[in-house]
Amino acid sequence: MTYRLTVNGLSHEVAAAPETPLLYVLRNDLGLNGPKFGCGLGQCGACAALVGGKLARTCSIALRDVGDDPIITLEGLGTLQRPHPLQKAFIEEQAAQCGYCSNGMIMAAKALLDRNPKPSDEEIRDALADQLCRCGTHNRIVSAVRNVAMEPLR
Amino acid sequence: MSVMRLSRRHVTQSLGVVLATFALPSPSVFGQAPPNVPFSLRNNRKLEGWIRLEADGTVTVFTGKAELGQGILTALTQIAAEELDVGFDKIRMVSADTSQGPDEQYTFGSQSVEQSGGAIRAAGAEARGILLAAAARRFGVRAEELQVRNGTIIAADGRRATFWELAKESAGLLKGDIALAAAPKKPSDYAIVGKSVNRIDLPGKLTGVPSYVQDMRLPGMVFARVVRPSRYGARLLAFDEAAVRALPGVVAVISDGNFLAVAARREEQAIAGRDALVSSAHWSDDAVELPDMARLRTELQKLRAETIVVGSAGQSEPAPGQAKRVSAEYSRAYLSHAAIGPSCAVAWLKDGRMTVWSHTQGAFPLRGDLAKVLGMQNGEVDVVHVPGAGCYGHNGADDVALDAALVARAVPGAPVKLQWMRDDEFAWAPFGPGMAMKVEAALGSDGKIVDWSYDVWSNSHAMRPGQPGGVNLLAAWDLKTPFVKSPAPHIPQPFGDGDRNAVPSYELPRKEIRNHLLLDAPVRNGSFRTLGAHGNIFAIESFMDELAEAAGSDPLAFRLAHLRDPRAQAVLQAAADKAGWAPGKKGDGQRGRGLAYCRYKSIGMYAAAVVDVEVDRKTGVIKVPRVVMAADLGLVVNPDGAKNQLEGGIVQAVSLTLKEQVAFDRRQITSRDWSAYPVLTFTEVPSLDIVLMQRSDPSFGAGEGSLPPTSAALANAFAHATGRRLRGLPMTPERVKAALS
Repeated sequence: MTYRLTVNGLSHEVAAAPETPLLYVLRNDLGLNGPKFGCGLGQCGACAALVGGKLARTCSIALRDVGDDPIITLEGLGTLQRPHPLQKAFIEEQAAQCGYCSNGMIMAAKALLDRNPKPSDEEIRDALADQLCRCGTHNRIVSAVRNVAMEPLR
Repeated sequence: MSVMRLSRRHVTQSLGVVLATFALPSPSVFGQAPPNVPFSLRNNRKLEGWIRLEADGTVTVFTGKAELGQGILTALTQIAAEELDVGFDKIRMVSADTSQGPDEQYTFGSQSVEQSGGAIRAAGAEARGILLAAAARRFGVRAEELQVRNGTIIAADGRRATFWELAKESAGLLKGDIALAAAPKKPSDYAIVGKSVNRIDLPGKLTGVPSYVQDMRLPGMVFARVVRPSRYGARLLAFDEAAVRALPGVVAVISDGNFLAVAARREEQAIAGRDALVSSAHWSDDAVELPDMARLRTELQKLRAETIVVGSAGQSEPAPGQAKRVSAEYSRAYLSHAAIGPSCAVAWLKDGRMTVWSHTQGAFPLRGDLAKVLGMQNGEVDVVHVPGAGCYGHNGADDVALDAALVARAVPGAPVKLQWMRDDEFAWAPFGPGMAMKVEAALGSDGKIVDWSYDVWSNSHAMRPGQPGGVNLLAAWDLKTPFVKSPAPHIPQPFGDGDRNAVPSYELPRKEIRNHLLLDAPVRNGSFRTLGAHGNIFAIESFMDELAEAAGSDPLAFRLAHLRDPRAQAVLQAAADKAGWAPGKKGDGQRGRGLAYCRYKSIGMYAAAVVDVEVDRKTGVIKVPRVVMAADLGLVVNPDGAKNQLEGGIVQAVSLTLKEQVAFDRRQITSRDWSAYPVLTFTEVPSLDIVLMQRSDPSFGAGEGSLPPTSAALANAFAHATGRRLRGLPMTPERVKAALS
């Protein structure tokens, strides 16, 4: 089957079985590295992307269910040369160790700030509660998100 | 149970094993090498093996250590930039790679700054010295009259020559061995070392630049998955190969003995192939009988063991008669690494050479074990380190490298990417072994410890590849012609194995410490961050509080009274001051505060933790609002990087202490996903306050030493809050409720 997807503003045609998890299409057909395989069970959040503006676990969405919803991945936020304010804040706070969970953290923070531009620390922690980090950089991640939320113009 | 005292002969023998496998420094074995030769230079003496000036005006610096998320490549870049006097951004690091760069064995034990940093410091100073001498010859001046600025040498009269020009002029300039002719800079002259520098690898990792082995894509690459039984010991009897081969995209089904894997053109097709194999495979009913989790401590104590006295003093004197005796027993569960990304490797058999890209901690040792299993020469196999998800020790990285290589052998010419699924990682990777500890001590009339007896039971925490007597790779034990597991090495104190930090740093006039190395290993064992130090310090520091209470002393004063090392006293005092330690303050049934101290490996970093808890007596949930830690790391290369490591260790230790245990019934591992192996989440993470002591002494690694005192201080805080003590980790709500009922 072929499907048409809009990812980071560009339209792509991909050929894969309808039940294929979106994650593998993003990574292997479109060559994106942001979304990561963590559990395949929707438990850890490493594979997160925005689908139709909402935070989604791409390991647990079948290709046939994506429909017309535009997809934004980590690469769609910013680049090495022009990082998104969240990516910049993560770098400034050194809010990572291995960085494997960072994709999910940044995407979940983006989804939070899109719906609540001035979250409290408690709201940040709640929004990230289902995103797992094993290196223990949680507090730096919260600081990075808070810093972006406190910027006057975003 | 045999009791073996360490005779001189035993020490020599065990050192022999250790040198082969752990490469600890020992002047006797390294013969003529002067004692001031940095450890990692001893077998890697070529200057160009460490530092190479490139035609494009950059410097390539090689290390045998690997970036595990700890920021080592950034710290080593700082050291190289400092000694060479070259801009930080001109340096390109190449990490562990058997095809180039030094063999530094494993990246473990918080030793990379010490070992690789020490070598790069010497190599940098040497290169700078040689280039200065060359410039002095060219300008006809004395080297002392020259200055170096960002790789350019400047004479007093303004004449200049860059490092690269000088190297080009005489090609052999940096080709020799490192003679240790140039003295490295004095710490007081450091400009970059000691400053917080952002990690060089994070911008790429945070913007989706391919950075991980999981992100590798090679032309014609196929995807593979492995299929393992539900339990240790089961043998593969049959599976429906034809049905799996008929699935879309499947290019190979590989079976060899009990090893079973599938390769396909697309990743989801490989996963579908795996699912089909899982449902069609028949495994024998064989199983390894696992311990009863509910009685882990006594179950471990029943296993066959080799007992070694690893520390003793004053045993020729009789134990004091009228002293007050106290004893207690503790335990710790088996722990999973629980990295967010399951282990992954890419392997490619091409023109008779096998190249494996791996997030292993030991590229060279892994290469040796891979070659053995594949029946190839070491020179025909290369292992190249590429980062993976967080590494807290010996996880599935090495095992998946062999899995991928076995598949690659079946599809020659095609690169193979094999990532474990979540349940592969949770069920089959090596675990930090469960531990049982027993302490008995006597207090004199002055309230000081006069006698100390300690026992620790656990499997070896050191079962990595590259050890003699076998192969330590999962699939190797399952092949039709299987390889045997290497026996556990004997790692002497102060490094130790399950007995790491079993010998207390306190002044104890009479003591005996015994390590019961368990010989039966029902649950797969390996190295998890700190090896035995986590369990031993949990026991020792819990017990110090129990003794302080028996002596009617404040826990801080009691510890200080048993410590002579001023650096130990200083970290304890600094942590207590920062936290506002109030002697004699009682817990109120819910809130409490605990303290603990550890000098990691007895020769590494010093750390003291003060942990606050709030206990919900109804739900049994322990909240940790705040942790204060003071740490003495000697000379700190990258203060923010070191702080990040300490913070991460504290958070991980809180997680281990409150939540983590590998679960199993009597036949199989049952914690196979995140719901069965929960870790600390954002709403549960404490606020952290770190005090770094200012020192200019040699550096101690920061990667591990913050965990042990955090766990112990948390246990002490619970006891302080509630008056009840939990002596088994983790301190789950069920155990809390049972202790409070």
